[in-house]
Amino acid sequence: MKFSYYPGCTLKTKAKELDLYGRKSLEKLGVDFEEVKEWQCCGAVYPVSRDEVATKLSAVRTLASAKQENAKLLTLCSACHHVLKRVNDDMKNDDNIRLKANNYLGLDEPYQGETEVVHYLELLRDYVGFDKIKEAVVNPLKGQKIAAYYGCLLLRPSETLKFDNPENPSIIEEFIKAIGATPVKYPFSNECCGAYVSATNKEIAVKKSTKVTDSAVANGAEKIVTACPLCMYNLTENGNKKVPVYYFTELLAEALGVKE
Amino acid sequence: MEKNEIVRLVKERSGTDARKCMKCGKCSGRCPAYHDMDIKPHQFVSYIEKGEIDKLMQSKSLYTCLSCFACVERCPRGVAPANVIEAVRQEVIRQQGGNKIMAETVPSMIDETIPQQLLVSMFRKLNK
Ligand code: SF4
Ligand code: SF4
Repeated sequence: MKFSYYPGCTLKTKAKELDLYGRKSLEKLGVDFEEVKEWQCCGAVYPVSRDEVATKLSAVRTLASAKQENAKLLTLCSACHHVLKRVNDDMKNDDNIRLKANNYLGLDEPYQGETEVVHYLELLRDYVGFDKIKEAVVNPLKGQKIAAYYGCLLLRPSETLKFDNPENPSIIEEFIKAIGATPVKYPFSNECCGAYVSATNKEIAVKKSTKVTDSAVANGAEKIVTACPLCMYNLTENGNKKVPVYYFTELLAEALGVKE
Repeated sequence: MEKNEIVRLVKERSGTDARKCMKCGKCSGRCPAYHDMDIKPHQFVSYIEKGEIDKLMQSKSLYTCLSCFACVERCPRGVAPANVIEAVRQEVIRQQGGNKIMAETVPSMIDETIPQQLLVSMFRKLNK
């Protein structure tokens, strides 16, 4: 099975660790992947308004290019995943958007949502399997207490994202167990960090991220893991600064022995 | 007349049916930005149904909603309050002079840590 890997802008700049350790781990796990050729920004936010078409086109181009490669589209950044998955859903189910997008793009064959969008964590769970990961671990993170932080974009709206149980997710906890560490349960793993509002209203982001990090620490977390550069930013800059935040791929690479 | 047309457009763009709301308040109960909102998520749904677009267009909630989609997830009636908020915000920023952030201000916000994703999403939410 082949995966077209979509890194997105932030993973090539501020979130290089998310990308680098993600690739190294995929190689170690023997996953067949190749970076999408000439990818463009996904758009960063899913355009919710039903009359928005132009803002979805760059995502459609990426989706169509994976279709051409006959591959599943592999995402890693939570925001890219959210946008690509929802735009794909529109191309499958919204006649108006599909028609207009195809009219504009003029692809050899109209794109109709054929590509399957798979997040890296879904790849670990559904294609590699957490059991296989456990077997591949050479450096188990024994005794480490780690809090999973999902945030919003991977989970909601679950009707489209179909990622995990939106109110009580467990995929990152399963991941934490697979790399030999102990997941910490706390009530705010799927609470918002403050998102993009932190740029214009820092106070809100401080309130939100402090609530998350305080709760993680109160429940014994020594580390938090996330898949999102925006969550990473808010929890680190606007949280309580008492608990370090890591990209989950960094811990994966460490456990697999491929982190230099 | 023009006002009715804006209400119609906002409803259409939201892609959600406000008439299905049973006013249970679960959306607002789950909203992480509730305390920072003058008009609450469930009120967006009822105000748009009543055609009270002027109040909504002036609401500070347009800029405190985090687009976390928790309200959408929780609604037992399949209504999407976040979509109504987004459709109203679009109506505001699409009007002449409606941009809440200008391209020229963005470079001054860049620093060592701020991710591109944050800047691009903020810009796309607040500028047309
Ligand atoms: S999307 Fe906005 S209104 Fe809905 S729960 Fe999140 S912050 Fe509140
Ligand atoms: S949760 Fe749904 S039904 Fe309940 S008040 Fe909010 S929009 Fe209305």
